[in-house]
Amino acid sequence: MRRLVIGVGNPDRGDDGAGLEVAGRVRSAPGIRHDNGSYELMDLWEGADEVILVDAARSGAPVGTIHCIEANEGALPGGLLATSSHSVGVAETVELARSLGRLPPRLLIYGIEVSDTTIGGPLSPEVERAIDELVGVIDGA
Amino acid sequence: MSAEREIAVDYLARVEGEGAMYLKLKGDVVEDLKFKIFEPPRFFEAFLVGRRFSEAPDITARICGICPIAYQTSACNAMEHAAGVRITSGLRDLRRLIYCGEWIESHALHVFFLHAPDFLGYESAIAMASDFPERVEAGLRLKKIGNRLMSVLGGREIHPINIRVGGFYRTPTRAELEALVPDLEWALETAADTARWVAGFPFPDFERDYEFVALQHPGEYAIQEGRIGSNRGLDIAVEDWGEHFEESHVAWSNALHARLKTGGSYHVGPLARYALNSDRLTPRASEIAEEAGLGAVCTNPFRSITVRVVEIAFACEEALRLIDGYERPPRPHVEVEPRDSVGFGASEAPRGLLYHRYDIDGEGAIRAAHIVPPTSQNQLSIEDDLRAYVPGRTHLPDHELQWQLEQAIRCYDPCISCATHFLDLTVERG
Repeated sequence: MRRLVIGVGNPDRGDDGAGLEVAGRVRSAPGIRHDNGSYELMDLWEGADEVILVDAARSGAPVGTIHCIEANEGALPGGLLATSSHSVGVAETVELARSLGRLPPRLLIYGIEVSDTTIGGPLSPEVERAIDELVGVIDGA
Repeated sequence: MSAEREIAVDYLARVEGEGAMYLKLKGDVVEDLKFKIFEPPRFFEAFLVGRRFSEAPDITARICGICPIAYQTSACNAMEHAAGVRITSGLRDLRRLIYCGEWIESHALHVFFLHAPDFLGYESAIAMASDFPERVEAGLRLKKIGNRLMSVLGGREIHPINIRVGGFYRTPTRAELEALVPDLEWALETAADTARWVAGFPFPDFERDYEFVALQHPGEYAIQEGRIGSNRGLDIAVEDWGEHFEESHVAWSNALHARLKTGGSYHVGPLARYALNSDRLTPRASEIAEEAGLGAVCTNPFRSITVRVVEIAFACEEALRLIDGYERPPRPHVEVEPRDSVGFGASEAPRGLLYHRYDIDGEGAIRAAHIVPPTSQNQLSIEDDLRAYVPGRTHLPDHELQWQLEQAIRCYDPCISCATHFLDLTVERG
């Protein structure tokens, strides 16, 4: 079974880089740090059996909360994942892939609740802890 | 009856950046109409002051993730103009080639994902994808081919890092470019097929007598350089932009409104380029335009989708021609020594004319910068379109009128992020 971890975000915007950190630290599966356009995600996961996608989330939950969504089960909840400045975000790409029949057999999305996304800022301590926890969950699975 | 109606779109969908529209009607009369850009100002011109002339391409590329090559090219043109240097032969071809990649990528995004859903009655490309999966897949692949061309020449597709004043840091090998040929050949035929598809869309019966402004260049469909021309006789060097155009601030937009000093709005972008330069298209692109029923000039903004597809075909064909004739230049760039001067540069961004002006000192530090993106220039034309479109359609219910007006705005593929260096809609009826 081909398992893949993809982290998305902007490394230069504080907590928004959380997904990239997770992808950079996991050991049990190849990790891809993706800070590029969202449509490309469909090419990245082509051929994988199980994809774990990690992104920043903003839902109003306490900072560092880890949300988990089984994307194959149905449409993603609106407004949870961070949006892109250029009209296409991860959630839209996942829905486009669903329409086109290009979702991987299993797509698990983790969203880490973020707080500070200042340009050039550091990761918040709560987000750092969530990253450690999530890497443990993925590698221990 | 002259009831008041108000239609407001607070957040326009399928445009790049944050904008809104507001319309107030009294009976059939438009009392107020605004295309609002509320994306915060981005102060790029101020960031540039004090920076080295050589940094302008990389800094200004950050204005837009979709058309960074346009910013890099206009900045390079201006700095080279300031230094009295001209890029010729192979390096000039490479600059044109990477720009073709940006046209393909940017136009594919707009045609398939932002604009086609309007004509087919879908809220989004996602909704359209279930019924037209082959079209959406073709759009994705076209976009990817444009991106790949940008990556091969630019190092990466978003904010490329291989472009510099005077040329490139590294030029590609012939083999690297030849590897792109099969994809570009596929893209050209896909554009031909897409043109037949979009030409059959239901276009509103609407024409406007625009003043079209675009670059013109002898012997080629202008992309990366040229003189500024119009369909009403304007023919000026880029450095004379300021003598013929002016900008002003209006309270409802964080992007300056540009207008002709002789009065009124003008139109930049694919329709303008096509109107001025259609006789200089490559042969296959010309055939595709003809098959799609475009005359020499197209004044229906809704049909800009067809013109964009023709420009995708043109960009593919032109890229193939440039690759075919490619010989790796002896050096990746020419030296550019700064001097105390003012430099002007322009190029045809996917959305239209992009003008830069820099004042630099003898050491190469930037004293002042002035950037005029295409969406800023099109704001007045967008408002004029809406004002002309509403009369005769006021019988439509609010939601239908709103949908059509939003569509009219999207014809411009407005890039609000660029313009603020916008789209919400409000219709008020009274």
